[in-house]
Amino acid sequence: MSSTPTTLFDKVWDSHVVRKITDGPDVLFIDRHFIHEVTSPVAFLSLEQRGLQVMFSEKTFATADHNTPTVNQHLPVQDPLSAIQLKALETNSGKYGISHWGLGNPKNGIVHVVGPENGITQPGMTIVCGDSHTSTHGAFGAIAFGIGTSEVEMVLSSQCIMQPKPKKMRINVNGKLGKGVTPKDVVLYIISKLTAAGATGYFVEFAGDVFENMSMEGRMTVCNMSIEMGARGGMIAPDETTFAYIKGKDKAPKGEAWDKALAYWKTLKTDDGAGFDKEYHYEAVDIEPMITFGTNPGMGMGISKRIPVSQELGSGKSSYEKSLNYMGFREEDKMLGKKVDYVFIGSCTNGRIEDFRAFASIIKGRKKADHVTAWIVPGSHVVERQIKDEGILDILQEAGFELRQPGCSACLAMNDDKIPAGKYAVSTSNRNFEGRQGPGARTMLASPLVAAAAAVTGVVTDPRELIAEENV
Amino acid sequence: MAYDKFTILKSTAVPMPIENVDTDQIIPARFLKATERRGFGDNLFRDWRYNNDNTPKKDFVLNNPLYTGKILVGGKNFGSGSSREHAAWAIYDYGFRCVVSSFFADIFKNNSINIGILPVQVSELFLDKIFTAIEANPQNEIEINLPDQTITILSTGESESFDINGYKKHNLVNGYDDIDYLQAMKEDIRSFAATSLY
Ligand code: SF4
Repeated sequence: MSSTPTTLFDKVWDSHVVRKITDGPDVLFIDRHFIHEVTSPVAFLSLEQRGLQVMFSEKTFATADHNTPTVNQHLPVQDPLSAIQLKALETNSGKYGISHWGLGNPKNGIVHVVGPENGITQPGMTIVCGDSHTSTHGAFGAIAFGIGTSEVEMVLSSQCIMQPKPKKMRINVNGKLGKGVTPKDVVLYIISKLTAAGATGYFVEFAGDVFENMSMEGRMTVCNMSIEMGARGGMIAPDETTFAYIKGKDKAPKGEAWDKALAYWKTLKTDDGAGFDKEYHYEAVDIEPMITFGTNPGMGMGISKRIPVSQELGSGKSSYEKSLNYMGFREEDKMLGKKVDYVFIGSCTNGRIEDFRAFASIIKGRKKADHVTAWIVPGSHVVERQIKDEGILDILQEAGFELRQPGCSACLAMNDDKIPAGKYAVSTSNRNFEGRQGPGARTMLASPLVAAAAAVTGVVTDPRELIAEENV
Repeated sequence: MAYDKFTILKSTAVPMPIENVDTDQIIPARFLKATERRGFGDNLFRDWRYNNDNTPKKDFVLNNPLYTGKILVGGKNFGSGSSREHAAWAIYDYGFRCVVSSFFADIFKNNSINIGILPVQVSELFLDKIFTAIEANPQNEIEINLPDQTITILSTGESESFDINGYKKHNLVNGYDDIDYLQAMKEDIRSFAATSLY
């Protein structure tokens, strides 16, 4: 043990460096690798062309999620191209001995939901996946980030990738969150302050009592969106909440191995006095329920405010105008009261049980607005079962909603769940880019509470007005 | 995937002075369904490039015959968003070998170098100069010299140097990739793995 104060990030990173290359990247050992149907087939193809093998097949896990339908999953997949990709994942996994949770498997679901749910994700690990929201797993004190297909091939063939070490940023949020303010609002608030590129080149540690008091689900929501501020990833030091979440999960260490792991995990925190390249401080009281009004996640605001004028933001005026034009909004518009056509709750950002509980807390005893189409998509089959077991499904159905089957769905709209051109969607997912949820779709990112308020009123509504007093 | 070596590139450039060009614009998700790396260039900037009925949008720069070349010049924060390497494939497949911007998203930058596209990060001031030079005459050429790490606007002679680490530069100049490197150090990796807690 060295006596120099060290950050959580350095502890985990440095313990995984197989080789440092002078004037080049570090060769980083990867503990867990997740793959899905979209970004892996070309990697396997190239592996084959080079005549390479998978080095540690037990460290890679495959699940089908990006392309899968959210209805009738028991039937053959209709879209022929999707079906081919899903088949390729199954075949490649089988060929190289990789565990595969395909459609219909009770463990199937969105990659960043099923990893933690099954205890695959653990503190102190390095975790990668060909999906940028791999940063989700940072909630456990792991270094987790998204990679490209060439890197998927690297990990398959050598269990390593080559990365320059990022700089370090710490974001502190302290205080008590107000009524109706959720982890999603905290992270949308941070991104609105930092901008969508504000943390590029950095790895972020989230610190302060707001994160300490958050559930694992909430921490995952926050770390999930670290990529939306440009960061490579985000992480939160593991604590009792983390250990309690992992304990007893399928792939979690058991018995003596658990004790050994736990002893190590308890050392995983930033020492007092350790240095960061950049540090920010925010106060919980300043955060209200958030909503985005533009076409990148940095274009967010408190729900009661007016859309800022471009000069206030310091971004290029023409890009700002292009963005507002796409959305059909104007500077200084109020967001409250704007019509909503679609509501999407789901994705690896807000597709966990806590999110559906929050959604249900608002719609309970109310009815879906007639003109709103709502897609309610659990992050995994486990979440789907929880929704049923906890009686949330009944609340949904009484209010006129239907539950779909798990998958990425309208988060990236690769399957049939596409928002039509020109329509407005309040979405609990992570990206409001032009066309992200379907060509021409207009996305407003928000929390499950804001989504629920929009679903029952049909317009952008402050959820605080609908929260029953006893739930405060 | 091996790619052509990159040393000096002299070419006209295509200007795209838009900030935060994200990977969903570069290649929309619905075109990610392939299981082979082929044909992505056709769908590069699909929704900016074509109307719903697949007719080209006249005002989009890739549909303007004035602008051609192997260099794409983009606004600040180019390539943000998804980790899809398909975005870099689409750019490469379309015929670009170099993207110039004043700021790149991390994953996009990595993905580009890994497949043989050189991301050149310049100052905001120099980026403006490039846009001005192209606007003045779309035939004006830009020279990217990787061994010297310089970018020059040939019509004005203005030049700036850019950063790239020695290892990646060596790879691009020689057409090597990380997989070649990692395969050569497998024994080290194996002994490292033997000590892993996980
Ligand atoms: S839900 Fe969206 S962000 Fe999450 S893994 Fe799926 S596509 Fe990626």
